[in-house]
Amino acid sequence: MTAGSQVSGEVVTTAPAEPQETRADLKRKDNRAWWLVLPVVVSVAFTAIIPLMTVVNFSVQDVFSPSDRVFVGLDWFYEAVRRPENREAFVRTLLFSAQVLLVEIPLGVAIAVAMPRRGFWVSAALVLVALPLLIPWNVVGTIWQIFARADIGLGGWTINNVLGIGFNYTLDSTDAWITILVMDVWHWTPLVALLAYAGLRSIPEPYFQAAQIDGASGWATFRHIQLPRLRGVLTIAILLRFMDSFMIYTEPFVVTGGGPGNATSFLSILLSKMAVGQFDVGPAGAFSLIYFLIVQVLCYVFFTVLTRSGR
Amino acid sequence: MARTTGRRLPWARTVFWLYVATLMLPLLWMFGMSIRPNEDILGNFALIPQRVTFDNYVTFFTDVTWYSSYLNSIIYTSMNAVMSLIVALPAAYAFSRFRFAGDKHLFFWLLTNRMAPPAVFLLPFFQIYQSVGLFDTHLGVAIAHMLFNVPLAVWILEGFMSGIPREIDETAAIDGYSLPRFFIRIFLPMIRSAIGVTLFFCFMFSWVELLIARTITSVDAKPISATMTRTVSAAGVDWALLATAGVLTIVPGAIVIWFVRNYIAKGFALGRV
Repeated sequence: MTAGSQVSGEVVTTAPAEPQETRADLKRKDNRAWWLVLPVVVSVAFTAIIPLMTVVNFSVQDVFSPSDRVFVGLDWFYEAVRRPENREAFVRTLLFSAQVLLVEIPLGVAIAVAMPRRGFWVSAALVLVALPLLIPWNVVGTIWQIFARADIGLGGWTINNVLGIGFNYTLDSTDAWITILVMDVWHWTPLVALLAYAGLRSIPEPYFQAAQIDGASGWATFRHIQLPRLRGVLTIAILLRFMDSFMIYTEPFVVTGGGPGNATSFLSILLSKMAVGQFDVGPAGAFSLIYFLIVQVLCYVFFTVLTRSGR
Repeated sequence: MARTTGRRLPWARTVFWLYVATLMLPLLWMFGMSIRPNEDILGNFALIPQRVTFDNYVTFFTDVTWYSSYLNSIIYTSMNAVMSLIVALPAAYAFSRFRFAGDKHLFFWLLTNRMAPPAVFLLPFFQIYQSVGLFDTHLGVAIAHMLFNVPLAVWILEGFMSGIPREIDETAAIDGYSLPRFFIRIFLPMIRSAIGVTLFFCFMFSWVELLIARTITSVDAKPISATMTRTVSAAGVDWALLATAGVLTIVPGAIVIWFVRNYIAKGFALGRV
């Protein structure tokens, strides 16, 4: 069963569930293809390799000034792992990513299922839902910095004056955390919803007709027809959301600046304080290499688990 | 493609539009702030602006630092989208049609560039762009943003291209088309929608990025999002002007999304994985 079909030049993507081996086997082996990927390699390497090498260089030296530096081996790496502040930020970031995934993935799928499928309202719905994705990240921060304030923001004002709950994200750690989480859900659930919507659209109509003939309930249709077909797009959604939430920087930096106290200082905020604020480039370099590695390993684990289960 | 309707639950419509309304609330609030004077914002809380003014918009479009940085963002974002597309097209074709030494590793390496924590990796950026003379130029920012947009463009295009049967390439070869001629004359028109979607994604990720763009610019190519930090002064925050700039940063994205709205659902399916 393949969902890949083609009508009048409009291309439809292949079914994500299709095993890759079959597709790869059909490809011709030809190393001249390297000429075609060369421009990509050059353009990406220019901005990727040199900074990476520089950071590696930082991470094994103690830099007092550009001309005065001492080779320290792996000391910074040991220190980065041992420092309690780093460990706390790591746990905090992991917790944040877990909450983001737990809220955004189910919510995004639910919205995609509820989204209109035909008529003028499809375009309107797509444009409105996608809007938060097109706002510069610091502006997202600004929007929520305003919206959640008790004195001038609609959200904060409503919670304080209508619901009668004391809410102040600049003073209370829980409130700050909730503000950041709600902001991220507001900002990124649309991405999950649009991905899931694309996945739902690729399910052929006969599937639904068959379900209807069998008298399947709405839930059964969702559980046994729609959900399995979403595996591919949800893999992408989970990977993207994990990566970006684990590296979140700009938005919380604008709203809380990592505070109050350390309540919302995620790994990237802590790192940037070390690197830019205190100019401890050695420890910061070692720390960010470990961080980089963790993101890659976790992404690889997610990817493997998500693509293997269900085969 | 078969029209897929599925079945929608009776309350789905209501829930969905309620969600959209919630989504719009913070945006509408920001718009509301942009059309009232600062004294009203800080003075008394009101749902509906009591005095409506467009002074902030006038300020934005008459002050050169504001509107020029707005233009800067539009220029480098457009340049980046086009450049990313041009280098990604042949590469995506290679990934979708051929096996070659190290192809899987190369693909994964491309994607890992999205995973680098920005804070520390930014430090060397300044030095590199300074030393090659691209510091504070539109071209410099466009090249820097290729770091994360090129892998994404390759990913999207490869998914679309794999959906086109290989027989088309073979038939064209038999008919005497060379690879470049086939690619431009036959293949590109077939993936029009993919190109639209790719341009949209590149535009989007370049438009929303701040850290890199801010690091490698100072005046001539300064992005609008960096200029927005200017509203904080000794006299406090100029909330109305900040909100105005915020509203205006949403406009280009909204225009672009309107043009690709019919392709966006397909584009999000990406293909690979």
